[in-house]
Amino acid sequence: MKKSIPLLVLLLGLAYLGSTLLPPRAKSDFDLRGFGRLPILVNGRLKPLDTVARNTLLVFQGKQSFTAPDGQPLQPIEWLLDVLFNPAVADSYQHFVIRNPEVLALFGKQGGTQEYFSFNDLRSGLTELERQERMAEPVDDAARTPFQREVLDLYQRLVLYQRLKASVNLEDSPDFLAELLRFEKSLPAISTAFLAKEAGKPYNAQDYKTLTDFVSRFQYLSDSGYLLAIPPAAGNPDPNAWQKAGDALLATFRQGAINPDVMAYGALGHAWRLKQPKDFNEVVRLYTQQLAQRFAPQLEKCRIEVLFNQAQPFYSGMILYVLTLLLALISWLKWPDMLQPAAFGLMVLAFAASTAGIVTRMWLEGRPPVTNLYSSALFVGWVAVALCVILERIYRNAIAAVAGSMIGFGTLLIAHHLSLSGDTMEMMRAVLDSNYWLATHVVTVTMGYGSTYLAGFLAIIYIVRGLFTTSLTKDTADSLTRMVYGIVCFATLFSFVGTVLGGIWADQSWGRFWGWDPKENGALIIVLWNAIILHCRWAGMVRQRGLMMLAVFGNVVTSWSYFGTNLLGVGLHSYGFTQGTFTWLVGFAVSQVVIIGLAAIPLDKWRSFRGAAAAT
Amino acid sequence: MRAFFKLFVDYFTSLRLTVILLALSLLLVFIATLDQVNLGVWAVQQKYFRSLFVMARIPGTDVAVPVFPGGYFIGGLLLINLIAAHLYRFRLEWRKSGIWLAHAGLILLLLGELFTGLFQREGMMRLDPGTARDYAESTLKTEFAVIDTTNPGYDDVVAIPEGALEKLTTLQTPKLPFTVRTLLYYPNSALVMRNQAPDAAPSPADRGFGPQFVALAQPVTYKEDEQNFPTAFVELAGPEGRLGTWLVSTLLTEPQTFTYQGHTWELMLRATRYYQPFSITLLKFSHDVYPGTDIPKNFSSRVRLQTPDGRVDREVLIYMNNPLRYGGFTFYQAGYQNDRTSILQVVRNPSWVIPYISCSLIALGLVIQFGIHLFGFIRKRAVAAAAA
Repeated sequence: MKKSIPLLVLLLGLAYLGSTLLPPRAKSDFDLRGFGRLPILVNGRLKPLDTVARNTLLVFQGKQSFTAPDGQPLQPIEWLLDVLFNPAVADSYQHFVIRNPEVLALFGKQGGTQEYFSFNDLRSGLTELERQERMAEPVDDAARTPFQREVLDLYQRLVLYQRLKASVNLEDSPDFLAELLRFEKSLPAISTAFLAKEAGKPYNAQDYKTLTDFVSRFQYLSDSGYLLAIPPAAGNPDPNAWQKAGDALLATFRQGAINPDVMAYGALGHAWRLKQPKDFNEVVRLYTQQLAQRFAPQLEKCRIEVLFNQAQPFYSGMILYVLTLLLALISWLKWPDMLQPAAFGLMVLAFAASTAGIVTRMWLEGRPPVTNLYSSALFVGWVAVALCVILERIYRNAIAAVAGSMIGFGTLLIAHHLSLSGDTMEMMRAVLDSNYWLATHVVTVTMGYGSTYLAGFLAIIYIVRGLFTTSLTKDTADSLTRMVYGIVCFATLFSFVGTVLGGIWADQSWGRFWGWDPKENGALIIVLWNAIILHCRWAGMVRQRGLMMLAVFGNVVTSWSYFGTNLLGVGLHSYGFTQGTFTWLVGFAVSQVVIIGLAAIPLDKWRSFRGAAAAT
Repeated sequence: MRAFFKLFVDYFTSLRLTVILLALSLLLVFIATLDQVNLGVWAVQQKYFRSLFVMARIPGTDVAVPVFPGGYFIGGLLLINLIAAHLYRFRLEWRKSGIWLAHAGLILLLLGELFTGLFQREGMMRLDPGTARDYAESTLKTEFAVIDTTNPGYDDVVAIPEGALEKLTTLQTPKLPFTVRTLLYYPNSALVMRNQAPDAAPSPADRGFGPQFVALAQPVTYKEDEQNFPTAFVELAGPEGRLGTWLVSTLLTEPQTFTYQGHTWELMLRATRYYQPFSITLLKFSHDVYPGTDIPKNFSSRVRLQTPDGRVDREVLIYMNNPLRYGGFTFYQAGYQNDRTSILQVVRNPSWVIPYISCSLIALGLVIQFGIHLFGFIRKRAVAAAAA
C-alpha cells in the first residue's frame, strides 16, 4: 500500500502528460493540422501558421481559447483561417478585450458588462480612436497615462487585425481566387498595353486601366500585409527571402506568370470560404509536398513547433506543480510516508515537462535557454525546482517539494503573463546575437536569481511553520538551516560569476567592464546581499531565525534587480514603466517585509518553541 | 596607548565592520540607481561613486554638506578592513585557501575600479566611408581650439579645455600671441538668428558670426539621448589692446577666421579630441536587419589601420562583441547613421585586464571554499548513513 500509492500517482501524472501530446480529435473535415504547419515568416522568424494564430489570440484577448458567436469553440487555427480568408465572418468575432472604462466610452460602451468586442462592434468609434491615438502617440512612453497606453494598445491590435486580413486575401473582393485567375488570363493583354505605353506607341486604354487597377489593389496588399507567406523563388539562394503576397503579385510583371504559391493561398481561401474540405486538403497536401523539396528542415521545425504549441508543456507543468503542493502540504499533516514520495514524483514530472518545453524552445530558436524576459522567468523556475529536486532527494521531508512547487508554479504564471505581448521566440538584437554570452552570462545570472529566491522561500517555510504550527522540531529547523545556508552559498557563487560574465560581455561590446547601469547595479546588490548574509552568519551576528529573516529579504532584493530595474526607464535594460508590474512589485515587497516583521516576534512566542528553551 | 592601538586594530579587522560597510555600499548603489533617472549615468557616477562623500545642498542655500559616505570612502574602508583582517586575523591554511583567493581577487577588483575611474578615457569616432581619422571625440567634454593655419603643411592647435573657460578668467600662454578672456559661458545653449529676435540685447560679440546670433542659456540636460551645446563669449587681446570678442559654440560647425600679426587663425568650440598615433579609415559599413523587420541583426565596419611610418597597414573587421584592440586603445562598433556612417566607440583603459584577473581569482576562491563545505557535508552524511 505504502509503495503503490506513490507509484499510482506517478503513473497518473505520466498519463496526463502523455495525453497532452495526442493530437486533438479531428472534429473537422478540413486538414487543420496540415494548414497550421505551413511556414510563414513574421518578425524575422520562420514559424508555423498555428503559432501566428495562438500568439495573435493572446495579443487580442489574453487567452488562446475562442468561442464563435454561435457558441462553437474554435481552434486557434480555425479562427485564423476566418481572419485570413473570411473577413466578413471574422469582423463579427468578439476577440478584442477592452476593460478600461474611458476607452469603452470612446465606443459608447461604458457602463455595460461586455468585455470582448468584435470589429463590427467597434466600427462606429474608429475615427474617434484614431484621433485619440494621434494625440497619445507623440507622448514619451514613461509619461503616458493608463488611458493613453490603452488607446495605443487597442489601436495597434486593430492595425494588426487589418494587416492580417490583407495578408493573403483582398477583403473587398467577392472571390479573390477568381480575381487572381482573371489577372492571369489578362496578363498577355495588359503586358502588351504596358509595353506599348512605355514605348510611346498607341495602346489599348481599357487594358491599361485593367493593369493599373490590379496594380493598385496588389500595392494595397503589399503595403498592408503582415505575413511574409510566399517562399523564395526556386533560384533564390537566400532561404530567408520570403515575401508578402502583394509583393509577389507585383513581381508578376517581371516573372511573366503569377507566383504559384500565391495561387495556392488563393485556392485555400476559396475552399475555406465555400466549405470545400476536399479541395482545401488537396491544396494543403500539394503545397506541403512542394515546400518539402526545398524547405524540408524548416517544415520539420514547424511540425515540432505545432506539437509544442498544442502540448503546452508549461501549462501542464503548472497543473502538476499545484498537485505537488497539495500533496506535499498534506504530507506534513498526515501519511508522510505515502504522500512525500508521491509529491516528489509529481514534482519530478512537472520538472520534466518544463525541461522538455525549455529544450524544445532552445532547439526551435537555435539559442541557449534564456533570450528574453519570458524565457528568463521559465529558467529561474527551472533552476529553483532543479535544486529542490536535489534537496528533496537528500532530506525527504517535503519541504523542498513545497518550495519547489510554489516557485515552479509562480514562475510559470509570471511567464504566462509575459507571453501576452506576442511571439516569445523573438529574434535577438545585434548586441545580444551571441550564443556564447547568452549561454554563459545570462544562464548563470538567472541561476543566481533562482537560487536566491529558493533560499527566500525555504526561509518563509521555516518562519511560517515555526510561528503558526508545532511542526518546526529541532531536526526540521536544523535541516532547513543547512538547506538555506547551502543555497545561499550557491546563490553567492552564481550571482557573482554571472555578474562578472556580464561585465566581461559589456567590456567586449561597449568598452567598459562596469558602467553602473541599473541592471548591473541590481545584480551587484544581489551579490552584496548574499555576501552580507554569509558574513553575518560567520560573524555570529545572526543565528537561525536571523538567517531566515535575511534570506527572505533576498526575495525583495532579487525582485528589484529582476523587474524593478526595468521600470526606471534609463539604462540598457529599460523596458519602460508599467503600472501593473510596479504594483505587483511593491505588493510583493510589502508581503515579504511583513513576513520578516512576523519573524521578529520573540522566539518564545513561536508555537513550535513555546515551552522549549530558545531553539537557536 | 597599547590598549588604544588594540581597539583600533580590533575595530578595523572586525567582521562587524565588513557587514556594516557591505550594507552601506548596498544602500549607496540602490540610491544612486534611483537618482540615475534624474541625473543620468555619468553625473551619478561622479556624485555617488567617484567621491568621498555624497553631497547635498541645504534647501534654500548654496551650501553643500556631506550626507552619506561615497564610493571612495566605503571602498577605501573596505580595502583597509580586508587587508587588516588578513594581516591580523587570518591564518594561512589550506582550509581557508578559498577565502584568501577570493579576498585577494576582491582587493584587486577594487583597485582596478579605482584605476579605471582615474585613467579611463572614452571617445567616439564618426566615420564616413573613405574618411581617415586619427583622433576620437569626447561625448561629454569640449575644448576651445585656437588654430594657427598659416602654414599649408600643418595646423598648430592650442586646445583650451572647457574647465578653463568655465572659470571666466583671462588665460595667457606663451603658445599664443594674445590672451583669451572668457566673458560668458553657458554649459548648454541655443542659438537664434538675430533677425528672428529683434528685441534681444545687443551681442557681446563684435567679430565673426557672433553678431548674427542671439545666444540663449538652456538648462543642462542629463538625459542619455540628449546632448548639451556649450557656448562662450571670448575676448582676445594682444599687447596693443583688444582684438575683438567672438561667440564660440559647438552649435557652430564652421570655424571663425581672422588674421593677426601675419598669421591666420581659426577659432572653434568643439568636442575634445583625443589623438592617436595611428589612423583608422572606414572602408565599408554593413548593417543587416532581420527580414521584414527593423530589428538589427548585426553591424560591422571594415576599417584600415595605418601608422604614419607605414609599419602597420592592414584591414580589420570590427563588429558587435568583437572589438579591435590596438596601441592601448579599444575600438567598438557602437552605432551608425544613415546606413553608411559608422560610429565607433574608442576607449583607452590601461587597467582593462584587471577585472578579468580579479574575477577569475574570486570565482576560483568561491568554488574552492564552497567545494570544501560541500564535500564536508557529503562526507558527514555518508558517515551518518553508514552508522545508521
